[in-house]
Amino acid sequence: MAIPPFERFYEEHRDIVFGLLVKRLGRQTAEDAFQETFLRALRAYPRLEHGEHLRAWVMKIAERVSIDTVRKLRPMPEIPDLESIDERPSYQDLMDLTADLPPKERAAVVLRYGYDLPYDQIGSALGSSTEAARQAASSGVRRLRRKESQ
Amino acid sequence: MNVTPELDRRFREAAAGAGLLDVAYDLADSPVGELLVATTERGLCRIAFEPDEVVDELSQTFGRRVLRVPSRLDTVRRQLDEYFEGRREAFELEPDIAVLPEFQRRVLDELARVPYGQLTTYGALAGRIGQPRAARAVGGALNRNPVPIVLPCHRVVGANGSLTGYAGGLHIKRRLLELERALLAG
Repeated sequence: MAIPPFERFYEEHRDIVFGLLVKRLGRQTAEDAFQETFLRALRAYPRLEHGEHLRAWVMKIAERVSIDTVRKLRPMPEIPDLESIDERPSYQDLMDLTADLPPKERAAVVLRYGYDLPYDQIGSALGSSTEAARQAASSGVRRLRRKESQ
Repeated sequence: MNVTPELDRRFREAAAGAGLLDVAYDLADSPVGELLVATTERGLCRIAFEPDEVVDELSQTFGRRVLRVPSRLDTVRRQLDEYFEGRREAFELEPDIAVLPEFQRRVLDELARVPYGQLTTYGALAGRIGQPRAARAVGGALNRNPVPIVLPCHRVVGANGSLTGYAGGLHIKRRLLELERALLAG
């Protein structure tokens, strides 16, 4: 199947791509992601070898752009329960709440949820790796939940 | 969900601005019907009287990244408007004819020197490129002129003064020559 001129490809897929992005990201963010999706498609277009599955191809690009966009907006995947809190807890509340945690876990939880720092910065603050910081915060939160349910 | 005209416009601008296009084109109204006008980074590459068929042709000739970007054709559209209003005799546009065979490029280079409102013949043009017997080949080269109007193949007529032929149709050739007052009335 011949590869159509980009204009035709774009006209045929722009609405469905935009629909997907709005569903994933909300209208405002979807507009930037829309442009990024078709710019990526345009860059790759000369390397396409046939015109089959163009819709699946561009939808995959759109999915990838939404994932990148979400990552950019929220630097790290969050712990689900705490993420659903609308406002950050106050510093004092956090200090009280975490008083019984081991020091490293406490620091990680406070820096993450009190100061909203990304894990790489928490890692440097604690002299450990990004992953270790993430684990410390996560096990701190698990410990708090266990305590809460007792 | 429908893309808004503003978002659509922004994407087209961004694509052209990033230098990612092989060809940008637009449609332009004119007294001889709707024209498709197209440009590469190097210059004006196409003016067509039948817009519908031309987008595929552009894609095959210059590359698939063909997109309608009206702002890129502002200058072309403006100069054509001025021409059709009788306010412009010479175009300040650089045609991009690099993809054409050498013979055709020589014919078109020579054609570009035929002044506004004047007629020449296929034979005379053939003589000017040093191939006086190639009148027929010159006719063929002009018939495939990718940028008519700007490269004025309408100013070339048969040895007996007959209009002979024109890719867009003889009525358009006649109209352009009338506009330039190159035809005697009656």
